[in-house]
Amino acid sequence: MQALKKRLAYLFTSTRGLTLVAISAVSLVTAIWGTLSGPMVEWGIRDITVKVLGMDLTQAAREGRIIMLYHTIAMAILAIEVYFITESVPMKRNQQVMINGIISVGYLTAMIFGLLFGYFGHNYAFHGLFLVGQSLVFFSGILLAAALWPWNKEYYLPQDSPYAKTKKGFDWERAAFFTMAVATLLSATWGAVTGSFWSNGHETFLAEDLIRHPDHTALQKAIIGHLHIMLSLTAVAITLIVGRWLDFKGKLHQWAMPLMNLGIIVLTAGALSVVWLEWAHTIIYGGAVLVMIPALFYVIYSWDKLIKDGTADIEKPTFFQKLAALLRDPLKFGSGWQMVFMNFTVSGVGIFMAVKLDEIFRVWPAREERITLTGHWHILAALIATIILFYYADLSGLKGKVRKWFGWTVIIMSDLAFASATVFSMKRLFVDEFSQQPLVNTTMLAIDFGLGAILVALAIFLVWRLYDLFLKNGEWKKEFMNEKRSNAEAELEEQKRKMEELKATLEEISQ
Amino acid sequence: MKRIFLSLIFIALAATACQPTTNISAITPPYIDTGVDPEAWVTVPAGDFPYGQESHLTSLDYDYQIMVTDVTVSQYAEYLNSALASGDIYSGDFTVEAGEQVWTEKGVGGYYPGDPFQGGRHEEKIKAGDHLFLPFVEGVRLNHSGDVFTPVPEYANHPMTMVTWFGANAYCQYYGGRLPLAAEWEKAARGIKISNDDGLPFPWGEEIHRNNANYYSSFDLFEKMYGKLGNTTPVGFYNGRTYTVDGLTYQTLDSASPYGLYDMAGNVWQWLGDDLPYQHYRYMRGGSFYSYEVDLRVWKENSAGPQFYSPQVGFRCVRYEVK
Repeated sequence: MQALKKRLAYLFTSTRGLTLVAISAVSLVTAIWGTLSGPMVEWGIRDITVKVLGMDLTQAAREGRIIMLYHTIAMAILAIEVYFITESVPMKRNQQVMINGIISVGYLTAMIFGLLFGYFGHNYAFHGLFLVGQSLVFFSGILLAAALWPWNKEYYLPQDSPYAKTKKGFDWERAAFFTMAVATLLSATWGAVTGSFWSNGHETFLAEDLIRHPDHTALQKAIIGHLHIMLSLTAVAITLIVGRWLDFKGKLHQWAMPLMNLGIIVLTAGALSVVWLEWAHTIIYGGAVLVMIPALFYVIYSWDKLIKDGTADIEKPTFFQKLAALLRDPLKFGSGWQMVFMNFTVSGVGIFMAVKLDEIFRVWPAREERITLTGHWHILAALIATIILFYYADLSGLKGKVRKWFGWTVIIMSDLAFASATVFSMKRLFVDEFSQQPLVNTTMLAIDFGLGAILVALAIFLVWRLYDLFLKNGEWKKEFMNEKRSNAEAELEEQKRKMEELKATLEEISQ
Repeated sequence: MKRIFLSLIFIALAATACQPTTNISAITPPYIDTGVDPEAWVTVPAGDFPYGQESHLTSLDYDYQIMVTDVTVSQYAEYLNSALASGDIYSGDFTVEAGEQVWTEKGVGGYYPGDPFQGGRHEEKIKAGDHLFLPFVEGVRLNHSGDVFTPVPEYANHPMTMVTWFGANAYCQYYGGRLPLAAEWEKAARGIKISNDDGLPFPWGEEIHRNNANYYSSFDLFEKMYGKLGNTTPVGFYNGRTYTVDGLTYQTLDSASPYGLYDMAGNVWQWLGDDLPYQHYRYMRGGSFYSYEVDLRVWKENSAGPQFYSPQVGFRCVRYEVK
């Protein structure tokens, strides 16, 4: 009993444990729900899943089910990012505990009951609980924003700090975390308010299905703005998180963080203003550039750091020694590389499409356009997921060959899959319908193979973590003890500071 | 470990290289008689029906007739020969415009009076003038000698594909009909039955099975014969019959719509007559042999400019006059 208690304490009170639970939950959902589409349907696996689990897949409710599924996964991803933030950004221990606790209950409630509602008969009590779960996630977001309050003098940076700050010590990076959290809350509210009109002027839809409709209602535009900005802000959050991980600082940091703050505000304003502004896209482009520049600075900084750290003991490193140093740690290198790769598979494709709008979409049928639309955001979401995995693998203490194998498998296989998906989605540029089948077969196989390899790597990793939980002195224990130690030390510092404050107050009174 | 990894990559690449590299036009399936008459029409009576994914009760206050099957290759050949002879259409070079793209194609075409222009953002003018109906390109299942067209025999009763919206519209008008509007098409496809607040998602019922329709990876007879590539099936193929071809036996389910229409899900997308304002894209319904089953649901749509043609797009006609 005691052993179980200890493990539950690890899983539900430590950053690493909570992240492990969330990643496992997402993996489980992906493994099961992934059998409902794509090649799994062709192979007949979907029918088995549906029969064994007793799913109720009404045809007319498919789009609604998919939206529920997206939301349940998104809640877990938000929770993971919040765990990373509460650990890496300075805040009070009690704030961290409260935020992590509430968001965990929130995403698990939303996930369990959202999926039960969507896939196992429409029990509206479950829908209510799904909303309760999301509300808890939202509430934890408010607590997070409060904990990140950047004007709290306690978190002002010293004058000699290498991090972005004002003359008074205002921390621009903390401000970026705060702005991101507030923008996310605002954007979530945007979606929630629109969703409340459901069956009262608003109907379930997938954005890619109505892209060519001549008129969109304000509610449809609001949803389109909501889904775009939520994914973008998730990307912003992980960029900020890995910046903390690689200790992003110096000149580039000082330029990047004010830009990031501005970019988040402009991007959010642009995405939400699609409801009433015809030229909202211009604002979005501006915001996107402002957000991507800090990401670029992060990549430059992190790669430079990896090279310098890796060649520190060499007096005059050659190009190949520098390259070897850069590629030595796939997890740290990958966090920046995946951002660079995003430009080829997401941003680049998006810009190309925007420039060629009249040339491409007037010639292509809607189904081809839909493939590029769904392709680009699935790739962005998956790239974010890989960066999360890199960071978590590092937190889990992956070392040596295992670290390299895991890291490179995820990088190479994900890039293979995403590059193939991009080629597949843009195929009409260079192959006609008659001749496309060899290309379709090849790219589909590469996509399946790439994603399959990542899932296998992830499964091995998770099985190892599961096995580890059965060990008396496994990694989990070390991680738990380390976290407990650093939390205790931080708490002790906090208590000392509080003691000083109280002593000063007493002295002030006695004078 | 490294060896296993490299071996896996090699196997994957080898498997890819072994994929058949045929294209649709390289396939010539055997002729299959389905027993369904492509000349048949059915009457859809006036009245309410569930429309769209949310099954909104919608009314059509008139009777209309609709073709039981898609227009076949054989029927289109007859039309071409007749219309060419009467001078309604001609063969030659046609200027094709799509957005900022302009090019010339050889084929058969004729006059279209153009779409009303509202001056909307991104609106493209569909001008009055001569437009391409059918290009002379690979994949058209017609032989022609001068201005006489004959169907490729094996494909005679397959749906006519590679026809632009202009060409489909002209065919229907030539015989006193027109292309169906979205509401007319959907009513004919799903009927009026509502259960649990929803209309039928598929013409034959609530669920789709592989031998209900021709769609991507449905393992139909031609997929069995030619691999995943697939192909069109003869019109009315999914009528409950069992076919035996080249030693392969394939049992179909009777997948007629409540009004007795065939191929309202799968096989080929079907052009609709609606001209949506500000854009002038033309919509299609039904899904095709290239579509996943979700796109076969009766409310799902596809669209393209009226100049678009494809091996997976066909059409059928409606007419007001009940004959």
